[in-house]
Amino acid sequence: MPADTRTHGGALLGSEVRVLFRRWRTWAMLAALATIPILMAVVVRLSSEPPGPGEGPPFLDQVTNNGMFVAVTALVVTTPLFLPLTIAVVSGDTIAGEAGLGTLRYLLVAPAGRLRLLVVKYVSACVFCVAASGTVLLVGWGIGSALFGTGEATLLSGDTIGVGDAVVRSLLVGAHVTICMLGLAAVGLFISTLTDAGVGAMAAVAVLTIVAQVLGQLEQLAWLHPWLFTHHWLSFADLLRAPIVWTSFTENVLLQAAYVAFFGALAYGRFSTKDVLS
Amino acid sequence: MTETATLADEADEADIDPADLAIATTGLTKRFGHQTAVNGIDLAVPRGSVFGFLGPNGSGKTTTIRVLLGLAAATGGSARLLGHDVPTELAQALPRVGALIEGPAFYPFLSGADNLRRLDSADRYADPATRDQRVARALERVGLTHAAKKKARAYSLGMKQRLGIAAALLTPRDLLVLDEPTNGLDPQGTREVRSLIRAVAAEGTTVFVSSHLLAEVAQICTHAAVMHVGSLVAQGSLDDLRGTGARVVRITTPDGDLCRVELARLGLEATGPVGEVTEPTTDEVAVEAPLADDGPAAEDIVAALVRAGVRVRSFDVDRPSLEDRFVALTGEGFDVAR
Repeated sequence: MPADTRTHGGALLGSEVRVLFRRWRTWAMLAALATIPILMAVVVRLSSEPPGPGEGPPFLDQVTNNGMFVAVTALVVTTPLFLPLTIAVVSGDTIAGEAGLGTLRYLLVAPAGRLRLLVVKYVSACVFCVAASGTVLLVGWGIGSALFGTGEATLLSGDTIGVGDAVVRSLLVGAHVTICMLGLAAVGLFISTLTDAGVGAMAAVAVLTIVAQVLGQLEQLAWLHPWLFTHHWLSFADLLRAPIVWTSFTENVLLQAAYVAFFGALAYGRFSTKDVLS
Repeated sequence: MTETATLADEADEADIDPADLAIATTGLTKRFGHQTAVNGIDLAVPRGSVFGFLGPNGSGKTTTIRVLLGLAAATGGSARLLGHDVPTELAQALPRVGALIEGPAFYPFLSGADNLRRLDSADRYADPATRDQRVARALERVGLTHAAKKKARAYSLGMKQRLGIAAALLTPRDLLVLDEPTNGLDPQGTREVRSLIRAVAAEGTTVFVSSHLLAEVAQICTHAAVMHVGSLVAQGSLDDLRGTGARVVRITTPDGDLCRVELARLGLEATGPVGEVTEPTTDEVAVEAPLADDGPAAEDIVAALVRAGVRVRSFDVDRPSLEDRFVALTGEGFDVAR
């Protein structure tokens, strides 16, 4: 044993998050996500007629009343494809990327510890999930308030809400979307332990996202739908009623937790016994 | 195979206490499918030694190192690293081990110093309070202080190699495992690495250095082992390894045939046939003959040759070079890949 037995186990997570945000790729993805609310807000602002009720993406008709709803609309628009793509890149790269660079062997002999490294990698992928949906939310709030101001908006239930409530509601939608991505990140972590090619893992995660959504649209597979990690991805509507209906939100939390537990265990099972030959 | 037996016996005679071994393996085996990369090797690396782990490319050196460091699981046999069982007690051994494995690897978008900080933060026994200081010291030791803030992608191959060695020196180590540390280095860089290894060894660190180029490490090693197609064919101190070869008498003379005849009279069998004595030729030839330990003294051989009229231009009694020994053991040139 080393003479100094004090441990500094937390340093690796700090380092991991720093490395994540030192990459141009991370910032490029966040910038790309930020363009969605900007594009939407600018297009609505420049069009001569405001979008009518039910036209275009959900709540688009509300953004002229309260600009903060740009954030909600943008989150809803990015959830099926754009957001999960960025999560696929980050989570697919976790282990496979290190293996590809060859740095995995040096982290392991440091020694980082295989379980510790896996947990740190997953937590940093979760940090990116928060950063990604947070970017859409904040940019949406900013550009929406700037272009449309913040007034009263009408909810799906017909109630009108003020600015404070609009902030809470859009935060809730942001939280829901973030939680939706946590299960996907766990799937990505597992796939990442299977290969030394980061790009391959990223592509596989992205393909899975699309396959799950396609399966979710096939009525013949209705029995399978509640088990798909994409099942609640667009179940945000209940958060925009008064009073809020929490059913799908909590169901989603449980579903994502199950995915994290299952694929986390698979990832550990695979990674703890893997021969690191890269 | 007889060679291994002989050397193993010698090791037994030396009676090395297992606790004095930095690396000890028993029948260590690693198979990939049907291919046996490492075949039942018994390594014994004494603490405080500079141990050359030699063998042609593809002879199983890197695989052995990966198994020793817990990166790959052994198929059979057992291993101990600094007295700790591999892989169950690796977490206790690894903080005291610095390693360069199959070439350096870095995050290209981080600077040299940031790469070292990153690896240091993965070691939970490394104190963050002294991190910057230790990173600066490690960079200084390998002569990279000027490039500390440069992105790793802008490093040359030689600089990356040195940065890899710096990473292995981040904290005080009991064992340094260097896999082909001179790869990609120019002769000057190779000399620098050798002197760095000497300095580290002088501090009491055991250095386990693998190479396919014997000449690059032979002069700094105290011990060596030779791998060939996954098996250990020789192991021991450098003197042991040299000593197991018979002495050779080497004479250069214009009177080759006369010399051979005279050597035969002394009981030494020159390599090549002993021919008739012919007119002395002007061309010089080299005559070699193995000299048994109970053979005539060197001065008596020279005297006898001169009396017989052999014009001796040079005379030498020599043990075969390590290079010759290793080529004999591996049955091929040192550079040859399997």
